[in-house]
Amino acid sequence: MADIEIPPMGDPGERAIPCLKPGAMATSKPYVAAAAHNEPLGFPGALVPDWQEKGIARMGELLGKYKSLQVFMDICVKCGACADKCHYFLGTGDPKNMPVARQDLFRSVYRRYFTPAGKALGAVGLGKLVGAREFTKDVLDEWFNYFHQCSQCRRCSVFCPYGIDTAEVSMAARDIMDNIGQGHKYANEILGKVHKIGNNLGLPGPALIDNLEGLEEDLKDETGLDIRMPVNQHGAEILLVTPSADFFAEPHVLGLMGYAKVFHAAGTSWTVSTKATEAANFALFIGNYEQMRKVAMRIREAALELGVKRIVFGECGHAWRVAYSFLNTLIGPMDFLDPRYPAPQHILEFTYDLIKRGGIKLDKSGNDGMVLTFHDSCNVARASRMGDFEGGQFVIPREVIKACVPKFVDMHPDTTHEKTFCCGGGGGLLTDELMDLRIKGAAPRMEALTDVAKREGVTHMAAICAICKAQFTKVLPTYGFDREMVVSVHQLVSNAIILGNND
Amino acid sequence: MTTFFAVLYYAAFAVLVVGVGLKIAQYARVPAPLKIPTTPAPLTRSGAALRVGREVALFESLFKANKPLWIFAMVFHLGLALVLIRHLRYFQDPVWLPVALLQPFGIYGGMAMIAGLAALLVRRIIVQRIAYISGPSDYAMLVLLLAIGFSGMMMKMVAHTDIIAVKAFFTGLMVFELRPLPADPILGLHLLLVAVLMLVFPFSKLLHAPGIFFSPTRNQADDPRERRHLAPWAADLERERT
Ligand code: HEM
Ligand code: SF4
Ligand code: SF4
Repeated sequence: MADIEIPPMGDPGERAIPCLKPGAMATSKPYVAAAAHNEPLGFPGALVPDWQEKGIARMGELLGKYKSLQVFMDICVKCGACADKCHYFLGTGDPKNMPVARQDLFRSVYRRYFTPAGKALGAVGLGKLVGAREFTKDVLDEWFNYFHQCSQCRRCSVFCPYGIDTAEVSMAARDIMDNIGQGHKYANEILGKVHKIGNNLGLPGPALIDNLEGLEEDLKDETGLDIRMPVNQHGAEILLVTPSADFFAEPHVLGLMGYAKVFHAAGTSWTVSTKATEAANFALFIGNYEQMRKVAMRIREAALELGVKRIVFGECGHAWRVAYSFLNTLIGPMDFLDPRYPAPQHILEFTYDLIKRGGIKLDKSGNDGMVLTFHDSCNVARASRMGDFEGGQFVIPREVIKACVPKFVDMHPDTTHEKTFCCGGGGGLLTDELMDLRIKGAAPRMEALTDVAKREGVTHMAAICAICKAQFTKVLPTYGFDREMVVSVHQLVSNAIILGNND
Repeated sequence: MTTFFAVLYYAAFAVLVVGVGLKIAQYARVPAPLKIPTTPAPLTRSGAALRVGREVALFESLFKANKPLWIFAMVFHLGLALVLIRHLRYFQDPVWLPVALLQPFGIYGGMAMIAGLAALLVRRIIVQRIAYISGPSDYAMLVLLLAIGFSGMMMKMVAHTDIIAVKAFFTGLMVFELRPLPADPILGLHLLLVAVLMLVFPFSKLLHAPGIFFSPTRNQADDPRERRHLAPWAADLERERT
């Protein structure tokens, strides 16, 4: 990747806003989905002949179904408060990566076909006066390229005076493109695997069971204890739903071993289900409610089938957004679960609770020599919560980390909490053909990390999202860091937890 | 001139009220199928209402985003608000006490409004990013408001008009009675531009004023685990569920 130009790393407190480089990312796009990826999801196999008409009709349908979309289309005043807030704009300088410009790709078509001024002026070729454009093939191509340069991280919505969330617009655009046969291969292929096999990685049940048995042996070697990783266990207290990367990718799997140790130490029975071996819900990325509901429904079925009392989610950002914010809507009411616990619960809420009650004991020397910082995952930070108080999603992971490590340092405040930057690979962009974009989009986070590494000697960055972990593992070396610098939070718990003789 | 403006103002008022009314009805009717408050968000509905209130009164998010822009925006909108309140006296008899008390400050409101608008216009032209996202209608809106402000200030500072007659004209319109309007070119220009503003309001980005109250990322409470949220069209999907 020597050919990819990395933006210079400066002081995160005085980040320069890049000069506009029009067209810089005009050719960046993911692979178009083939019929084999689209048709199982009920989308047309390839771009349909009457795509323009169908696309506009679908836009009308979405405008009638989503208040966010309808209101956001009308009320943007082009103040530009959001313009310099997107990591992809900061990393690439392409003006179409400014959130408002990205929305305008969609808004121009909305204005042409759904507003009186756009319809009237557009009919006589003067649409430009009110920012209205025909929905041409060029516009569609632009949509495909630039709506796949948005990781739906919602950073823009924090700063917009009306809370306009470009993620909502990207999702609508992707839904429209899917409905006319112009799908995104990576996302649709993965959704196909979830429906067919049960998880994003296409890991079948027997392979999973095998894999977990191997991990149990590893845990035995490490601790001398029989720490179980149960599968399809009827009557277990907890159903653990976790991103499938946790089952074998590094550093994810070290986190999974951490969850197992925590459950073991707490003496709580748990299980994974071969029916719901995936926490992530890629239907969020393509903005399709029906797909999202279908993917989520596996969790309800698995929980009912196994008769569990609680559902706990593993470390994953977009998954937690769907779980925390949407699960009750999509598959609720979850009245079959124990009402004394939040449904669903995050593994960090579970562990934090235990730490507070003294239910587990931690020894910081297990992480000797490590200086930690924490990357707030965008969808945990801005689209969900943990705990029972506002901002719990910031406090709880930090408290758990601090209980496990000798030294913790936060990155620059413009890059943490609700102002956190996306890792650069979220929203369905974690695919190799978008590597240029992913590397440049990671720049603001890398800048803040470089700063604390220099000033405070930070050695590791903890993350709580499968996408963040995979993305950082890939891009850290480009920025001169070790790929193993990114760790799971429960990997730290795993290193610190005192098992066995607890009294 | 009197008849022309009478007809124009009845039409402009109708377009404004019906147009904005229809838009508000649309925003209220379209459901939000999912909980999408930008977090951290208030946990209660009253907390969420307060959040919207802070956005409207203080431009809270804009303050986080961009301090110079926040100052320009505040100066312009507060000026505009003062000017609007001051104009109420043309429609009231007797004038409400709070309106009367604010009269002496109206003039500063006008100046603030013009200064804020000028700053916003300059920013739009010279900041490369903002110029990139600006279209003809964005400049036109600022120019229109500036022209309204200037013509209004002209009458206050340079060429006074017979405001008693103007008031008579408008209070007359309210009881469907035609009373003569002074034949003053600056007044004519001012009134014409204001009518244009009223006519374009429901079709332009000025919808941000009513729209902000309907923005789901700001007006929703963060309580999805406690309270099941279901849009009517999403509820229809449930029927097929076992
Ligand atoms: C609920 C009432 C309102 C709120 C909360 C509000 C809020 C805002 C905010 C936050 C901005 C962005 C910052 C800026 O560019 O100034 C803005 C822009 C603007 N507002 Fe308002 N506004 C309101 C009512 C109005 C009204 C009644 C008008 C005019 C009749 C108006 C005209 C404008 C214009 C023209 C802009 C764009 C300025 C530019 O081009 O930079 N606003 N408003
Ligand atoms: S949601 Fe995130 S990636 Fe998308 S435009 Fe906004 S800031 Fe950029
Ligand atoms: S901050 Fe909001 S209103 Fe301003 S340009 Fe961006 S999306 Fe539009």
